[in-house]
Amino acid sequence: MAFTLYSLLQAALLVVNAIAVLHEERFLRNVGWGTDQGIGGFGEEPGIKAQLMNLIRSVRTVMRVAINSRELDYNCVALAIWLKTIC
Amino acid sequence: MAYHQGYGGQGSKHRVRGPMVPPAPDPHQLFDDTSAGFPHAQGTPTSGIDMGFNTLLADPMANVAVAYGSSIASQSKDIVHKEIHRFMSVNRLKYFFAVDTAYVTKKLALLLFPYAHQNWEVRYSRDTPLTPRQDINAPDLYIPTMAFITYILLAGIALGLQQRFSPEVLGMCASTAFVWVVIEVLALLLSLYLVTVQSDLTPFDLLAYSGYKYVGMILAVLGGLLFGSDGYYVALAWTSCALMYFLARSLRMKLHPSLVPDGMGHPRGGGRGQTYVTLGAAACQPLIVYWLTFHLVR
Repeated sequence: MAFTLYSLLQAALLVVNAIAVLHEERFLRNVGWGTDQGIGGFGEEPGIKAQLMNLIRSVRTVMRVAINSRELDYNCVALAIWLKTIC
Repeated sequence: MAYHQGYGGQGSKHRVRGPMVPPAPDPHQLFDDTSAGFPHAQGTPTSGIDMGFNTLLADPMANVAVAYGSSIASQSKDIVHKEIHRFMSVNRLKYFFAVDTAYVTKKLALLLFPYAHQNWEVRYSRDTPLTPRQDINAPDLYIPTMAFITYILLAGIALGLQQRFSPEVLGMCASTAFVWVVIEVLALLLSLYLVTVQSDLTPFDLLAYSGYKYVGMILAVLGGLLFGSDGYYVALAWTSCALMYFLARSLRMKLHPSLVPDGMGHPRGGGRGQTYVTLGAAACQPLIVYWLTFHLVR
């Protein structure tokens, strides 16, 4: 498997994109990963599942801000370039 | 208007004619006292450069240009330093390169035979960790960097011995190895975040610990080159075990909070997760070492 730094960047972008499109209401609640379902009380250390849900929610929040600003253009450009390279 | 144009045209004509005048009479005048035997402008390359500098300093306009250019350069250098300082602390990076020969030799011996080492703790002095010069347990970035470059050169040699060499392959090998280390560092950061362990492991520390596997890779490739396939597997097994033990002990010492004399001795819930992270990180090492080297030793 020959990697370049550019392919790593592409892969990271696609993974972040995938996390960002997980819809809160339609999908995560059905699986049981909604953010209002799992967070326990304070004083206990959050488990792995709670940390993962926090991570997903924060990624989605950051991506919402990015998409509303101009980074949507860069996202489209990156996706277009990637699609061209796999053809 | 016409007068202005004529003046401008005349001025430009003067300016254009200016640089063409000096080469004939000036170099001989400037060079008569500094060095003997400079007969012609195209004599030797050094004389050409000297002539260029002398005519440059003799011309006041060029003098002003040089001064302006150097002030611009220093300003842009300051700007670059400020921007870099925003992203990573150069002092923190300098800490990782503060090594000396004794540390490097002892650390290499430790990487290849860690079973005899007793004290794995990183010593602190007034809340800052000691530099690698004073503490053998401190991670450094010098050995990983040098080992990475040596690995690239060795890969070139190995491929050349098999008639498979070309310059693009070298670049691909280098970027592949680097990308695997970056992926491993990101995976380690993610898993450390998920198990909520409080430690002072910065990304540079993790980069250092991940980069120590290059030493194992170099030895495996060397074993494969010198002794064939059997030598490769023997060297791979030895360095993998040593690396796994080294990484397990080092990470356990850095992640385990039980050595803090706080008085709050309640058992941490994340202890099991920390063990898993340490063991997982140690177990991934031989896989990556094998993946990155087996195509070099066929």
